[in-house]
Amino acid sequence: MTEKVLMKGNEAMAEAAMRAGCRFFFGYPITPQTELAAYMARQMPKRDGVYLQAESEVAAINMVYGAAAAGARAMTSSSSPGISLKTEGISYMAGADLPGVIINVQRGGPGLGSIQPSQSDYFQATRAMGHGDFYMPVYAPSTVQEMADLVYEAFDVADKYRTPVVILADGMLGQMMEPVILPEAIDPADLPEKDWATNGHAGKRKHNVVNSLFLDAQANEDKNIERFKTYEMIKRDEQRVETYRTEDADICIVAFGACARIARSAVNEAREQGIKAGLIRPITLWPYPYRAIEQCPAKAFLTVEMNMGQMIEDVRLAVGNSVPVEFFGRTGGVIPTPDEVLAQLRALNEKVGE
Amino acid sequence: MSDTRMILAGFGGQGVLFAGKVIAYAGLIENKQLSWLPSYGPEMRGGTANCSVTLSDEPIGSPLVTTPDVLVVMNQPSYDRFINDVAPGGVVIVDSGLVQDLADREDVTTYAIPATSLSEDADLSGLANIVLVGKLWDAIGFCDRETLDAAIDKSVPARKAALVEKNKSAIELGIAS
Repeated sequence: MTEKVLMKGNEAMAEAAMRAGCRFFFGYPITPQTELAAYMARQMPKRDGVYLQAESEVAAINMVYGAAAAGARAMTSSSSPGISLKTEGISYMAGADLPGVIINVQRGGPGLGSIQPSQSDYFQATRAMGHGDFYMPVYAPSTVQEMADLVYEAFDVADKYRTPVVILADGMLGQMMEPVILPEAIDPADLPEKDWATNGHAGKRKHNVVNSLFLDAQANEDKNIERFKTYEMIKRDEQRVETYRTEDADICIVAFGACARIARSAVNEAREQGIKAGLIRPITLWPYPYRAIEQCPAKAFLTVEMNMGQMIEDVRLAVGNSVPVEFFGRTGGVIPTPDEVLAQLRALNEKVGE
Repeated sequence: MSDTRMILAGFGGQGVLFAGKVIAYAGLIENKQLSWLPSYGPEMRGGTANCSVTLSDEPIGSPLVTTPDVLVVMNQPSYDRFINDVAPGGVVIVDSGLVQDLADREDVTTYAIPATSLSEDADLSGLANIVLVGKLWDAIGFCDRETLDAAIDKSVPARKAALVEKNKSAIELGIAS
């Protein structure tokens, strides 16, 4: 199947999940994510899968926990306020070393906020998706093609490291249509057996336990330390980033997701005006691609985000105080324009040139 | 043309999102880069709808069109909202039965046709949106002629297959107007 089709981002993510062998989806409607659940509702029954609209987001994530514990590839999706409700269950999944994919099609916040696109759940996704000491891989697609590809790969990453994985999208990407070549469908029956899963085995082996409760503090610490060794492997092997026109850039924008597209337009326009601009686009937000930013020879960085300035902290961690790091963003569901970003580039270019 | 940025706007139910989809499918068939982004926010709940469509030879940056080269409008509020954003040299296609108060923009080319009444007279009620797509094709030729019919084939959902021929007639009507 190499035929290009036209799909909404939300639909492409749903289709890619099923092609990755996911047959268990537990959801709850919320704009701007609803097309994903609707697509699952139509398609899962045709593929011997389960689409279940749970009574709440809390129930949905705990159903993912259950299906994952039984060894299945399972997924849930929501938008910002709904993700907040799921965080308790996500922490339990992390504590029980359960793989699963959680999609956040972000909207403006805090609270119920707006239904328009946003990136204001960056801190939540990369730092604090629930209580306790844990991280999880976070992917930030910026095209419909990448939404399909990253969801597909997310299931492999989740299984490989036994961790929940987040896809951090936004309302613009979820709602837009672009051509996409869908990945090849995997039959769930062909996926490797998970020897830790709590599935039926007719008494042929010792029973497995999936649990996040460790009443013995030492046992809990040991488990955490072991898990953080896995995180070190993820940080070493899974950093993903795209660079664009950075080789000779004086000013480098750092932007992810939908914002990276807007930034790319601004970079092209700036280049036409003689400003040496470039773009670094983190594809993994955790592990954050610090290496790529550390190695970039730019004289100044500009982060462009649909929030009040969250990822800028990671860029500052990468470059320290060696060069200026500035921020431009719109928030609450307002989408920045390439012209606004260009104006920021021009201003920063003048400052750096002095 | 290497990059055509369009806004299609009107009331909800007139089919402006579908009209944008037909143009997007034309881009898909001709292997262009394209994006289609609908309004889904509060303005849609207020009864108006619009979508941004970009056809390009290069990867598309922002899918949100803020300075359109093409504006297709099916009501006065949408015309008033977007007309001043149209790029100089741009093309504006309006349903003249629904948009009567035209702005003073001499730097854009406006094609005004009574698409709604034309479609009703031709037994193509509800297809004024596609009549306007036909007119747009006539004005700027954003794809090959055969591609346009193929795009209709792809855009019309299977459960409405009976409407394919009517949609194609609506394209013809728009081109002839």
